[in-house]
Amino acid sequence: MKRRPLIVRLLSRLEGPQTLGRGWRFWAGAAIVLAAAVVYPLLTDSYTVGNTVYFFNWVFMALGLCLIWGYGGALSFGQTAFFGIAGYAYGVITLNYGADYGLTLWATLAAIAVAGLVAAILGYFLFFGRISGVFLGIVTLAVTLVLERFMAQTAGPEWHIGSARLNGFNGMNGMPNLTIPWPGEDGSLVLAPDLPLYYVVLALLVIAYLALRILVNSSFGNVLVAIRENPQRATMLGYDVRKYQLASFVIGSALAGLSGVLYTTWGQYITPSSMGITAAALPIVWVAVGGRSDLTTTLLGTILLIGGFQALTIYGSQYALVVMGALLVVTVLLAPEGLIMALALLPQRLLKRSARDAT
Amino acid sequence: MFDAIFGFLYQFGDASAFLVLCASGLAIIFGMMGVINLAHGEFIMAGAYTTVTVAKLGAPLPLAIVCGALFAGFVGILLERLVIRHLYGRPLDTIVATWGVSLIASQGTLILLGPSITDVSTPLGSVQIGALSYSVYRFVLMATAVAIIAALYLLFNFTRFGVLARATIQVPDMAEALGVNTRLIYSLTFGIGAALAGATGGLYAPTMTLVPTMGSQFITEAFVTVVTGGSDVFLGTAPAGVILGFIRSVMTTWEGQLAGQIGLLIAVIIVIRVLPRGVSGLILRERA
Repeated sequence: MKRRPLIVRLLSRLEGPQTLGRGWRFWAGAAIVLAAAVVYPLLTDSYTVGNTVYFFNWVFMALGLCLIWGYGGALSFGQTAFFGIAGYAYGVITLNYGADYGLTLWATLAAIAVAGLVAAILGYFLFFGRISGVFLGIVTLAVTLVLERFMAQTAGPEWHIGSARLNGFNGMNGMPNLTIPWPGEDGSLVLAPDLPLYYVVLALLVIAYLALRILVNSSFGNVLVAIRENPQRATMLGYDVRKYQLASFVIGSALAGLSGVLYTTWGQYITPSSMGITAAALPIVWVAVGGRSDLTTTLLGTILLIGGFQALTIYGSQYALVVMGALLVVTVLLAPEGLIMALALLPQRLLKRSARDAT
Repeated sequence: MFDAIFGFLYQFGDASAFLVLCASGLAIIFGMMGVINLAHGEFIMAGAYTTVTVAKLGAPLPLAIVCGALFAGFVGILLERLVIRHLYGRPLDTIVATWGVSLIASQGTLILLGPSITDVSTPLGSVQIGALSYSVYRFVLMATAVAIIAALYLLFNFTRFGVLARATIQVPDMAEALGVNTRLIYSLTFGIGAALAGATGGLYAPTMTLVPTMGSQFITEAFVTVVTGGSDVFLGTAPAGVILGFIRSVMTTWEGQLAGQIGLLIAVIIVIRVLPRGVSGLILRERA
């Protein structure tokens, strides 16, 4: 039998048993949403565009957590740790070597690699120690909190890497924006939080979303879900559970790293509190409330919740956090699969029920 | 020389007492019910706030600490009834839900009571031993840690409640068939864990600044101790507290507070790689 070309095989993985949404209706809807997202910044002011980019920045972290927790069944509270590690790494590299010659792009890749490497080392100890779900959460949370405390006490001038001061609780600032070498009089395109950055981040988001869809519908994703459902059975079928979980942990953490770099370039600062306990709670809230077992519900849930959170912050961030906490508790009690997921499955369930009633 | 050794022993005892106290409530709830309570830090905060409030009203400190423990225990039972009860058998969901509760509690306290409340000063003064002086209250804390572990041992091994609780934990269906009200046992066990957290908050309230997010200062240590200890409170948490207390005081003496914390964390990551079931797993396997 002739093998189909790689690209066709990859594209056919965009739909599959592990993702909601299939057929032309779903993709037409997705295309309309994407078109709206492309047109949107042209219709609004520059502040809103920058703010929307800020929303998008966080989605990578949520998608990463969706892969680790929703598909792999391993609850990690460490997303903000890798977010912070990558953010600081980006700061240290760019403050030392500047932003010329497209260096910020290499700094981005290096920062994500650092986050991925730390995740690989930590993940090795966790997964190869066969840590069960509950302990995994605790240890990743402990690592995150200790990292925050460590960074918060680096205030003195003795804490520096090269010429980059870590600045303790106030965090690092003055990092350059992402800069792309571009033919033109300046020789580069600076991605300040405005139109160009919006389109770059939107493109990255689309790529990450589609790539993850392909990944979870591939044999890797199927094995990952099998492990989530029953680790013993997956082991008996001959899969090395530890390797699959470690791989998903590293990929998810690297996505958190991407969020961290984008956040750092967006606001040109990073502080230890972006890793603290409240910050670490938020990705869990987005992913759990949206619907952790599917990429699309996670994506929608994250954007909706960040928007809602920001709207509530007008009354004070503590009120917004109370609402987020309450949403989390209500979701776990009433719709464990996630609120958006519950809504998405509602028509199907009603149909089933009416079919059952009819017979 | 004597000063150095005694100073180290004092620090070792202090660190161990802290770890044992802040982990015991969490360990009871985890060991007996398999539930990880991420709102543990907020129970500690509730105990500390109640203690300080009652002490300010003029009550003696020990009574205030008892009030703090009772209040936290009451809140614990309430939480078990409202939330935890519906999530047995879903450990990850319990973690997530208790985290939601923790967010509500710490931010709600911030809204209701403001960013900080005035503390009470550390009682009992200090004592001169050798060339250095030591806080007497810290010695009281060490003695309390030992007393609490002893009291828990007596409670779970020599009372009717202890027998019923252990029966419920081992074979819930059989216990229920024999007429044990297992729901009540779960409620009470959770309440005891929460009350221990409240007592810890009350005990340490005079030694620290009270802020709504103070819980997060305790939970890292508490989790680390429980993970190292494994599921048994007496064979796990207590020895783990002592071992980690030793590591922490060595690191702290050598390089300062933060090194102590980082040393603790690295020790734990290595321990779970070598002993996934913790210290109690090791001890129980050797006995078997």
